[in-house]
Order: sequence, then structure tokens, then C-alpha cells
Amino acid sequence: MTETLKLTVESKTGDVAVIYTDGYINNQGGEEIARVAYELIDSGHKKLLLNLAKTKIVNSIGISILIEIIEKMLEIDGRLAFCSLTPTIEKTFNIMGLTQYAAIYSDEETALSNLG
Amino acid sequence: MQQITLTLPMIRDMELTASKTAGALGEHIGMSRDKIDEVRMAVVEACINAFEHSGARKREVHMRLLVLGEDADPRGLEITIQDKGTGFSHTEVVVSKKPTEPQKRGHGLRIIHGLMDDVEIQSDSDGTTVTMTKLR
Repeated sequence: MTETLKLTVESKTGDVAVIYTDGYINNQGGEEIARVAYELIDSGHKKLLLNLAKTKIVNSIGISILIEIIEKMLEIDGRLAFCSLTPTIEKTFNIMGLTQYAAIYSDEETALSNLG
Repeated sequence: MQQITLTLPMIRDMELTASKTAGALGEHIGMSRDKIDEVRMAVVEACINAFEHSGARKREVHMRLLVLGEDADPRGLEITIQDKGTGFSHTEVVVSKKPTEPQKRGHGLRIIHGLMDDVEIQSDSDGTTVTMTKLR
């Protein structure tokens, strides 16, 4: 049994893009998010929002890759934020220290109003 | 006393099978959705630690899920994840403040401790057993 993460991307106004995840964020999923994020950075997006509404499970390897993306965004003076997390994923992000580096918003509308 | 025992091969995404089984038992005893999700995440991490770091020649993990308390009034779940690997010393597990730094087991154990009510780890040269408890 395998569970492949599905990603969808939408460019918003300005230099903001939203990456929608659907499925399990493990090492393969994290690497796929990183690949898409770096493509968006290369195309001029400096503010990325990860909408995790359709992700119910993440693991520590996937979270480590997300933090690498955050560090890359900080290097280019950009921002990565998250929205629509389950309470358990938000708690796990806190345990891993991810919230020291990236903002978490309850929903996409709130996130975009803060990022834009 | 209700319990489930599983032997899981260490193959890709098998941690999800363990996680879903734990979630189903949590639902059966009326655990809240948030607590079920916390149990599922902790099970994923315990399995991944065994898969990635156990060094077990026999590539399988033994899982036991036990309903605590009486069948009519369950108190919670006790979940045991056991590998027959080379074991580890707690002094080897240094949890860096920088989560991207590679390290053995540290991130997963931190998540397990943060999500479960009680965690006990026994490890020696015959393998590692992680016993986690979540009250209903």
C-alpha cells in the first residue's frame, strides 16, 4: 500500500502562490512539495502558502523537509506560511519547533490577507 | 480485555496500516477525533523509527494494541511497537534545536512524547520496545 501526495498550485495576486496538499506528507511527499516550492521561487514567488486542509497525517521526515523550505524562503527574504491544519498537525508542528519560523493561520482567507 | 496484534513488514507506507488500525480501535472505544489523530501520528513515528533506525535483520515490526479497562468502560489504549534491531542508548538520542539536522530517532521520539499521555522505551541489543498510552 502506498499513498502518494497530490499537489495543486494556484498563483494569487502579486508574488503569492498557494500549494494545496492532498494526502500523507512523508519524505517523498515533502520532497515533492520542496520541488514545487523551489520552482515557484525560481518563477518569482516570494510568499508561499501551504494549505493542508486535505492532509491528515504528516511525519517528522516530511516536517524536516518543510523546515528546509522555510529556511530557503528566509534566505531570499520571502515567507512560507501554513493554513487549515488539523489540531494534531498544528500540535506536531509546535513540538517540532516549526512555528518558530513560519506563521500558521486558521484558513486561507486569513492567511492571504496577512501575506499579501 | 480486547487486543489486536500485528506483524508488519518494513515496507513503504506500512506505518499507515499501523496508524489506521490504531485509529479504528480508538473509534471503537469512543475516543475523541483529536485524540485518535494524536494516537495515529504517534504510531506513525514509532513505526518510522523502527523502519529507519532499528538495524533489524528481520525486516518486521510487532505491534500490539490493548484496550485498557473493562470492555464496558474502556479507559484508553496501550500501544506497543517492537523491533528486533540492535537497540540504542538514550544518550545517543540528542534532540537538536534545529529540526533539519539529521539525527537518529530524536524528532520522532519528541513527537511521540508530545502527543501521548505516557511513553516507556526499553532498548537493548535484542531490540527496542516503545509502549505508548493514551487515555480516553
